[in-house]
Amino acid sequence: MEGFTLAQPRSLDDALAAGPQAGAKYIAGGTDLMQLAKDNVETPHHLIDIEGLLPDTISTATDGSLQLGALARMVEVATHADVRSSWPALSEALLLSASPQIRNMGTVGGNLLQRTRCGYFRDVGFSCNKRSPGSGCPAIPGESRGLGVLGVSDHCIATHPSDMPVALMAMDASLQLVSPGGGTRLVPFAEFYRLPGSTPEIETNLLPGELIVAVVVPRSASARRSRYVKVRDRASFEFAVVSAAVALEVTDGTVRNVRIAMGGVAPRPWRLSQVEAALQGRPATPESFQEAASLAGEGAVTTKDNAFKVKLMERAILRGLQLASA
Amino acid sequence: MITGQPIDRRDGRQKVTGAATYAAEFAIPATVHAVLVQSTIAAGQIAGFDLAVAQGMPGVLAIITPDNAPKLSTKGGVPQAITQPALQDLEVIYNGQHVAIVVAETLERAQAAAAAVKLRYTEGEAQTTMEGALDQAYVPKNFRNGQRKPDSSRGDPAGSFAAAPVRIRATYTTPNEHHNPMEPHATIAAWDGDRLTVWTSTQGISGAQATLAGMFGIEKANVRVICPFVGGGFGSKGSTWPPATLAAMAARVVKRPVKLVLSRAQMFTSNGFRPMTVQKIAIGVANDGTLLSVRHDGISQMSMPKLGEFVEPVALATEMLYACPNLAVTHRLVGVNQGLPTYMRAPGEAPGVFAIESAMDEVAVALKMDPIVLRLKNYAETDPHENLPFSSKRLRECYEQGAAEFGWARRTLEPRSMRDGDWLVGMGMATSTYPTNQSPASARIRLMANGNVVVQSGTQDLGTGTYTVMAQLAADEFGLPIERVRVELGDSRLPSAPVSGGSQTVASVGSAVLAACKLARDHAIAMAISDAGDRWAGAKPADFHLENGAVVGPPGRMTLGEMMARRNVESVDVQGDAKPPGKDDKTHSLHAFGAQFAEVRVDSLTGEIRVSRLVGVFDGGRVLNAKTAHSQLIGGMTFGVGMALLEETLVDEATGRIVNANISEYVVPVNADIPVITAKLLEADDRVANPVGAKGLGELPMVGMAAAIANAVFHATGIRVRDLPIRLDDMLA
Ligand SMILES: Cc1cc2nc3c(=O)[nH]c(=O)nc-3n(C[C@H](O)[C@H](O)[C@H](O)COP(=O)(O)OP(=O)(O)OC[C@H]3O[C@@H](n4cnc5c(N)ncnc54)[C@H](O)[C@@H]3O)c2cc1C
Repeated sequence: MEGFTLAQPRSLDDALAAGPQAGAKYIAGGTDLMQLAKDNVETPHHLIDIEGLLPDTISTATDGSLQLGALARMVEVATHADVRSSWPALSEALLLSASPQIRNMGTVGGNLLQRTRCGYFRDVGFSCNKRSPGSGCPAIPGESRGLGVLGVSDHCIATHPSDMPVALMAMDASLQLVSPGGGTRLVPFAEFYRLPGSTPEIETNLLPGELIVAVVVPRSASARRSRYVKVRDRASFEFAVVSAAVALEVTDGTVRNVRIAMGGVAPRPWRLSQVEAALQGRPATPESFQEAASLAGEGAVTTKDNAFKVKLMERAILRGLQLASA
Repeated sequence: MITGQPIDRRDGRQKVTGAATYAAEFAIPATVHAVLVQSTIAAGQIAGFDLAVAQGMPGVLAIITPDNAPKLSTKGGVPQAITQPALQDLEVIYNGQHVAIVVAETLERAQAAAAAVKLRYTEGEAQTTMEGALDQAYVPKNFRNGQRKPDSSRGDPAGSFAAAPVRIRATYTTPNEHHNPMEPHATIAAWDGDRLTVWTSTQGISGAQATLAGMFGIEKANVRVICPFVGGGFGSKGSTWPPATLAAMAARVVKRPVKLVLSRAQMFTSNGFRPMTVQKIAIGVANDGTLLSVRHDGISQMSMPKLGEFVEPVALATEMLYACPNLAVTHRLVGVNQGLPTYMRAPGEAPGVFAIESAMDEVAVALKMDPIVLRLKNYAETDPHENLPFSSKRLRECYEQGAAEFGWARRTLEPRSMRDGDWLVGMGMATSTYPTNQSPASARIRLMANGNVVVQSGTQDLGTGTYTVMAQLAADEFGLPIERVRVELGDSRLPSAPVSGGSQTVASVGSAVLAACKLARDHAIAMAISDAGDRWAGAKPADFHLENGAVVGPPGRMTLGEMMARRNVESVDVQGDAKPPGKDDKTHSLHAFGAQFAEVRVDSLTGEIRVSRLVGVFDGGRVLNAKTAHSQLIGGMTFGVGMALLEETLVDEATGRIVNANISEYVVPVNADIPVITAKLLEADDRVANPVGAKGLGELPMVGMAAAIANAVFHATGIRVRDLPIRLDDMLA
């Protein structure tokens, strides 16, 4: 770890003013950033503590939508009664994340911006296009079981590791952002993350110094019947091999509305619109579920180690549909 | 009897309250910190170091590289698998090799400067993985320290295989695995002239003492190794690895005490690992299940030979497991540009029994025979390899009790025939065995004037309970409550004891403690008889015993306090030694046994594999403490679950660099993975094996675990996985 200064600004404006400077980095729970700094993967020189400067509350707006403060702890969101009943996949995704200790520290904002767990990225002894642009990607021909099959590029096949964003992706959420100078904007969640292309080091559309203030999640019939399936090798405290968030509205045995997003397969939570389209208006039966799920791997680009994920995606979606329709 | 009681570990409170002082926690005045720098290529030469930046950083005291490192010697005879001292030349033979030491006033400064050390390399050709070099397998040069040959055979394995009506041929593989004890390697080294003291986390203080003396060319008596507590080792602390030597080297260079603690990532490249194995098994069997021919050819991964030699002896258990007249085993090595492997919990037996007991299951499937019936059909009443009777073998009872406890009778024969909702349910079993080892050991008994007893031995407590069980043994010998027995260990000034490996500590040190107790008792009784004059004239020593600090005789008693006061001494020291019979005096084959059962559930959609029940029944000889023994059993079975389903060190083929050198991605079981474990020990006492009557428990419970789980997975799904770890990828067919 390299030396750094730690600032604890009194106001959001002070934090935002400091944010864009070279080598500056916001710190929330610190559960990801500190580990990256210790391993010299990130080398922040000025840490700006945002504790107390952004909302940490969970509330519902007059239109019924859920408002998650960026500093709300993972555990608070996961165990919130309203979240549990009206956005169950969100609660499940968080409860299946990390460990109790990390969920007590980790925040909504930090979880959205967790860096990839790709072993090549997290060890400075390897080349990595994401960490040092242009140095090459040894992961593609290397140990790639955990890496992505959709939305990947020749430069990077890292996956976004967090669970909560997968659920949010199936709920048409949006992000409320504030930038230095005080301007705020609302960004649809689907437009927040960027695909690697030839610039895998740029992961989101956040502007320099911009902060996440809150996540807004609309209330919907499908979100109310949402479920989160996390497939992994060990029963707890592990990232997903593949995960699926399924939000499903069925009336009279017919699929009225469905949202499916997957984790562990792409550089960002991945919406499966072709599977959704195949289900829309169809009877909610095992046959149509199976038929639609089999489209999951369309367009997948696999390596020697991760080709199994195509089949696994199909299976995880099926399980999600079964649970959500039960 | 205090021995056998499930009393709490004596150091338990110290440990959970943080009062136990581990190697890195000794407060040695003026200590500075060392951090190791490691290579980032797998093969080549170091062309040069760029040290200017690092040297200019605050607090840096020294940067030691092969260019300026003190020369170390191997002439003194280093009694270890790893024979090559670090930092002696510029050749790089694996990625992660130690190439420099940075010493600074604080840990953070040493870490920062270490990250700033830059190397230039001339890269060479590297062979980083074993798969690509199997055709270059070679015969080990020093198998079992030269005690036996790497190959053995009996009867006519080839002819009998060719003639067998049913034949099974299969290849099994196990990956590189890392021990990952909770406590990393840690050493504080301090010199006083030519005398070296090290506080280090080790499974063998006597080996550390000899190695360090040899490397620095000083008398063994001038090296003191102190290690009161070890936070787990599992084999990674059995040899004295470069970090301990380099801490001492750094201390010599900066003339200050130096502390060197490995990071978790460095634990993957600094202290060995279980090497990958490729094992070919061929079994010929009669239609009634009688084994006609068994062949087990094992290849294990080695480093470049320069570092030493380590063989994973996978086929040794196969030699004695079943009665089969025709058998052959071989052991080969493949050298690659990775570090030197080493012992890891049940080296040889754990991967080897996974292979042979999976193959036995395949035989049972081929014959449509119950797996236990097949094993009983080939039960070895005597050791078919050594041609000796077993000191004790109650494996039959293990099968019976294990099957009853587990509910084996409920198992249906066909694979994929048991289901619970979305889960496919499978039941599997395997035999477990581990040799009963013993090495020469010494112990001292100090009889105190107040009647208390101190037990001293230069052994170490890995966390297994050595402090506790030695106190229990001595308490019974002297008729004392356990509170009046103190155990001192973990200091090379104490009478010497062997490495705590091979599950041999109880048999080795326990036997020495018993010998010392007996001598001390005899001595006390002789003193009492001589002091008593007429009172006990003509009494035989056998008529006396010790109880509560007194010699009790026919009739009356005399306290140790009285006797010592008369002699004007405060204590009496007696040393006892114990060693196993020599090779030629061996009358019995010594092994522990067990039957292990697993029930698994495989998600019929996602392929996720979860263990739902585990049962193990073991014939491990005498139990010194029912609680610490049980902890060994459940710990070993848990370790086996990791081996079966999770653990695998991933090596990048292009660079030979480990990709998951952390415990977030190198996954071991967590609580949620482990169901209730039923682990039982037969009530036993094998005094033929050794004076303690114990057969060793540290490794036995993990030996059969992987095969039992693999067999259960097959039973659940009909999918035979021969490559560990078994993962959901394999279940998606
Ligand atoms: C062993 C382990 C296992 C884990 N397992 C899982 C898992 O299974 N699933 C899972 O989802 N997660 C898992 N995690 C990750 C964990 O959830 C994240 O570390 C946590 O959510 C990060 O939150 P934080 O507040 O600590 O972020 P920090 O570490 O403080 O910050 C992370 C990043 O976000 C930025 N940031 C933080 N808040 C804001 C904001 N409001 N606006 C703009 N930028 C911001 C920071 O600058 C930094 O770049 C695991 C972590 C560990 C260590």
